[in-house]
Amino acid sequence: MDSEGLKTLAVALSIGLGALGPAIGIGMIGSHAMEALGRNPEAESAIRTTMILSIAFAEAVAIYALVVALILKFT
Amino acid sequence: MPEINIKAEPIFSVFGLHITNSLFTSIIATVTFLLIAIYYSKQITASKKSGFFYFVHFMFKSINDLFKSILGDNIKFFLPLVLSFFLFILIQNWFGLLPGVGSVTIAIKEYGKIVHVPIFRGGNADLNTTLALALISVVMIQFYGVKFLGFLQYIKKFIDLSNPINFFVGVLEIISEISKVLSFAFRLFGNIFAGEVLLTIVAFLVPVLASFPFIILELFVGFVQALVFAMLTTVFLNGAIAKHH
Repeated sequence: MDSEGLKTLAVALSIGLGALGPAIGIGMIGSHAMEALGRNPEAESAIRTTMILSIAFAEAVAIYALVVALILKFT
Repeated sequence: MPEINIKAEPIFSVFGLHITNSLFTSIIATVTFLLIAIYYSKQITASKKSGFFYFVHFMFKSINDLFKSILGDNIKFFLPLVLSFFLFILIQNWFGLLPGVGSVTIAIKEYGKIVHVPIFRGGNADLNTTLALALISVVMIQFYGVKFLGFLQYIKKFIDLSNPINFFVGVLEIISEISKVLSFAFRLFGNIFAGEVLLTIVAFLVPVLASFPFIILELFVGFVQALVFAMLTTVFLNGAIAKHH
């Protein structure tokens, strides 16, 4: 395989594998936030704030993978 | 398909200072921000206020209430900082979605040959802008930590010689402050730049109508990222000014 093909493969693998963990994490955050909301509906605003923050942290990992993929692809 | 560049291209230079297309868009966004601020402050004293004033006022009020749940009574002191972060990033993100941004090109001479580069590019789609915002945010967090706790009390968080465990916790705290800068900068840059790449690719994959849902998505992403940046700054500020023992 030539270097160009390997590079494309590296780009695909870096974002593909990098998105796996955050996807599971965000799913768990969402499901547990729903659970907490079902138990305690009046705490909605506090749960929403914390949930968005946690999702932002989990998503940051995917964004790092994305930045690596973009740097590999466009430089 | 236009060439996608990870860094912003210089479009002209003033006295040797290269003005990149991102910086150019940022200047326009800053001027817009300034005009809104002047208009708002003029309208406060007017007896008959316009609808736009009430719209901006409503936005300020909701953001104030949201951050008040985190900061408590310190909100009066910190609102100018976090609200500026929020509004500036929001205006920059949404400015990058306007028609013409990224598609109107200008011919410039680079290394002796003529190339076409976009004249506008979303301000946050350049790593330099987001790095500057991240540095301002983290430096301000340190500054307010020192201001609220006193220098010695605050520095004790990082250098603590009372026992070996506390010393290593202090080293970890220093690393976490540095990684805050990187995570702030890369999160914002990654989201906005990925959005621009996505919109470009979709527009050339399916020319008609397919871009529309993605533009709505990008509007939402721009809002959420502005909110997340401001909210993380608030949470870190709250952690920095809290007394610990």
